[in-house]
Amino acid sequence: MSTETPTRTPPSTVVVASRGQRFTGAAVNYVDERTSISGLVRELGRKIFPDHWSFMLGEVALYSFVVILLTGTFLTFFYQPSMADVVYNGSYVPLKGLHMSAAMASSLDISFDIRGGLLMRQVHHWAALLFVASIGLHMLRVFFTGAFRKPREINWFIGFVLFILAMAEGFTGYSLPDDLLSGNGLRIIDGMVKGIPLVGSWISWLLFGGEFPGTHIVARLFTLHILLLPAILIAALGAHLLLMIINKHTQFAGPGRTNDNVVGVPIMPTFAAKAGGFFFIVFGALVLMGAFFTINPIWTYGPYDPSPVSAGTQPDWYIGFADGALRMMPPGLEFDVFGHPLSLNIMIPLLVLPIFLGLVAFYPFIEAWITGDKREHHIAERPRNAPTRTAIGAAGVTFYAVLWATASSDLIATHFHVSIEDVIHSMQLLVFVGPVVAYLLTKRITLGLQKKDREIALHGFESGRIVRLPGGEYIEVHEQLDEYERWRLVSYLDYEPLMVRPDERGRITVAQRARAGLSSWFFEDRISPPTTTEVEREHASQH
Amino acid sequence: MADNDTGTPHAAAGTAVQKSVPTQTVAGTAVELSDAFVNPGLPPHRARVTDTDPKKDKQAERRVYTLFYASIVGSVLAIAAYSVFPIVPGDSNSVRLNTVFLGLGIASSLLGIGIGAVYWAKNLMRGDEIVEMRHPTRGTEETRARAVEIFKLGNEESGFGRRTLIRNTLIGALIATPIPAIVLFRDLGPRSDPASALETTMWKKGTRLTRDPTGDPIKASDITLGSVFHVIPEGLNDVEDKLEQKAKAAVLLMRLKPEDLNELPERKDWSYDGIVAYSKICTHVGCPVALYEQQTHHLLCPCHQSTFDVTNHCQVIFGPAKRPLPQLPITVDAEGYMVAQSGFHEPVGPSFWERT
Repeated sequence: MSTETPTRTPPSTVVVASRGQRFTGAAVNYVDERTSISGLVRELGRKIFPDHWSFMLGEVALYSFVVILLTGTFLTFFYQPSMADVVYNGSYVPLKGLHMSAAMASSLDISFDIRGGLLMRQVHHWAALLFVASIGLHMLRVFFTGAFRKPREINWFIGFVLFILAMAEGFTGYSLPDDLLSGNGLRIIDGMVKGIPLVGSWISWLLFGGEFPGTHIVARLFTLHILLLPAILIAALGAHLLLMIINKHTQFAGPGRTNDNVVGVPIMPTFAAKAGGFFFIVFGALVLMGAFFTINPIWTYGPYDPSPVSAGTQPDWYIGFADGALRMMPPGLEFDVFGHPLSLNIMIPLLVLPIFLGLVAFYPFIEAWITGDKREHHIAERPRNAPTRTAIGAAGVTFYAVLWATASSDLIATHFHVSIEDVIHSMQLLVFVGPVVAYLLTKRITLGLQKKDREIALHGFESGRIVRLPGGEYIEVHEQLDEYERWRLVSYLDYEPLMVRPDERGRITVAQRARAGLSSWFFEDRISPPTTTEVEREHASQH
Repeated sequence: MADNDTGTPHAAAGTAVQKSVPTQTVAGTAVELSDAFVNPGLPPHRARVTDTDPKKDKQAERRVYTLFYASIVGSVLAIAAYSVFPIVPGDSNSVRLNTVFLGLGIASSLLGIGIGAVYWAKNLMRGDEIVEMRHPTRGTEETRARAVEIFKLGNEESGFGRRTLIRNTLIGALIATPIPAIVLFRDLGPRSDPASALETTMWKKGTRLTRDPTGDPIKASDITLGSVFHVIPEGLNDVEDKLEQKAKAAVLLMRLKPEDLNELPERKDWSYDGIVAYSKICTHVGCPVALYEQQTHHLLCPCHQSTFDVTNHCQVIFGPAKRPLPQLPITVDAEGYMVAQSGFHEPVGPSFWERT
């Protein structure tokens, strides 16, 4: 940057700084002499960020988190995390005179007695929903483009931790108003915890400070929600962003883009303006949602009472998959083991979901082991160019989606006039069959797309121009792509299945066999990228 | 740092591809072709209309500052809305107006900045792309050697590896230190034992069945055929731990035709003239089983759709629950009010390990 174009600041011209410039210069000098901040600006100021619409998803997550922090701080000034019994005497007439916890009463006061309180509550809730949703989409983007490969495996894992923390933040926050709906959510947590063998009732006992619901849980969730979880979340978020800066962002394959460079816009000024502006757009959109769309109307649910519950109860969307897993369990999965109940109807979801999430968390390490590829990868792959990974991802998404849909089994039944039994039985079937079908279909579709790309790269595209040859034969002229367009289609990595070979002691280990098996599963069906030799051969055969 | 970034215009086609020296890494099973296509380099830059037409440039500039002005207006409107649309106690429409106009003001102040900044970046800031080289994430050989050396020095100067007893006792001490912190959390729950609390409810011999939530006693004659009553034990509203007791003691009272009930011989006298009482707390994870289907005599839990058959002692006929809802033996007292013959004969609600 020291070599600015000389025409802009001709050395012969003596520029007299204006008053404002002199002040800025002095101020900047003052700060730098005390912080050496110029080094940071030198390192980061012109850092290049590649551009693609899908890179925005992580930004949405970051910005909605900032919105959550801002609106959440506002809410803490008015909210009382107490389960002390009070008589509601606020502005909302239908609940006047009812007994409820101070938490519920203060949540109602925020909604009906504090100007802008309802707006802030709703912006906070919408932002929380968007936060988890955008993290999920961001993870899918990173997964399907292989952006988790070396050197970014650790950052994928940190991102996964952020996803779990976001869901934990969501659930703890959802429970704070102590309304009927969230109370039932806690009741379900209590029932699940009690079903854990050996320690279940003790965990519930300690969590709720005695019997459910007790008078402690809201204050404890509040501490988790505004202190412990955000502290961990911010630390993990800092690490996530720091690693992103160290690793630099991935970019999609394209002309001029290689594994060794980054092509894009500099932080100062373009990226800063785009990203900073985008923060305000996300914030503005969330405020509009909070202003116009009601979310979590606790006043219609009323205060928590263990006895009533309304039909069609739904958790917030991100907890749906866990609730769906509970709903899906067939009857009778509870057994007597040495005089103690073993609640498999609870333990199966409690074990299967962590296994599923564990596979998500450790997928980069699994794939790295299978490919044995120790190189750094900075080019985001098109999903079609990694057929098996894309198919695995589709299977995972389908599995999650079936669990998620099951959480609305009762609504599906009433909406489409089918019996709840049929819905559940279909879901039980789909949770096994769906991922397999999705896997097979996706794999075939990706291979088909790769074939089409290959065809276009080798033979060009149909120009629509029909030519009659001297012999009377009609052909349609194919036109070749230009080299820039062709590069998008041919620049991808190709792997072949691992061959099992004996090691130096002449043995083939079990791990080696497993790896070879997985490797052939991954790479047996493959479409190699076209080569220059093939193009030449094609040209030769045409003439 | 940005090798190609000198503020000069974009790299011409073909010059943007630089190969850094490849590091010694394993490619695994990746296929590396000798006749693969060669990266053609950055395509030529296409100028935007604001780059070529000064009029359009001026127009874009006007749009940006107009948006920033709009943002200021939005902030002013938000402040105005705060007092122009106050909340009138009891008037829910005033809450709606306050929310909407405050929200509109704040949203326009935010969106004005946001859209303005993005528009500025897209149309007026430098439009071509810049190339920056990456470097391997691992430190240079020199750096790594120095790091190794530092660890060696640290080890030598402290004797961490040599003085094994010091090292091992330190590790042991560090492991032991957090344990008191875990122990300190024991008093999150009361001193007593959870199982005994979970096994008992407020119901005992002679407790009247009263309506939820008023606490009015119920006469057998009030219970018409096909009706269902949400029931709490008498005196629940006066106890200190009302919600905890209610979470265990809530009961559903239903009247069926006596011939519709398939009662076990030992429970024959637990009902009264077709009136039966069952725990309302689901045996799955504890939601209230609040939905009663009059025609089929099924109870449905709205949380996870466990379905219980009232005619067969609330056996599970569908859903994830396993155990039937516990039955409360009932009868009528001298005044004709419904009372419990005894407490529940088994713990209510979700399964827990200590339950036998």
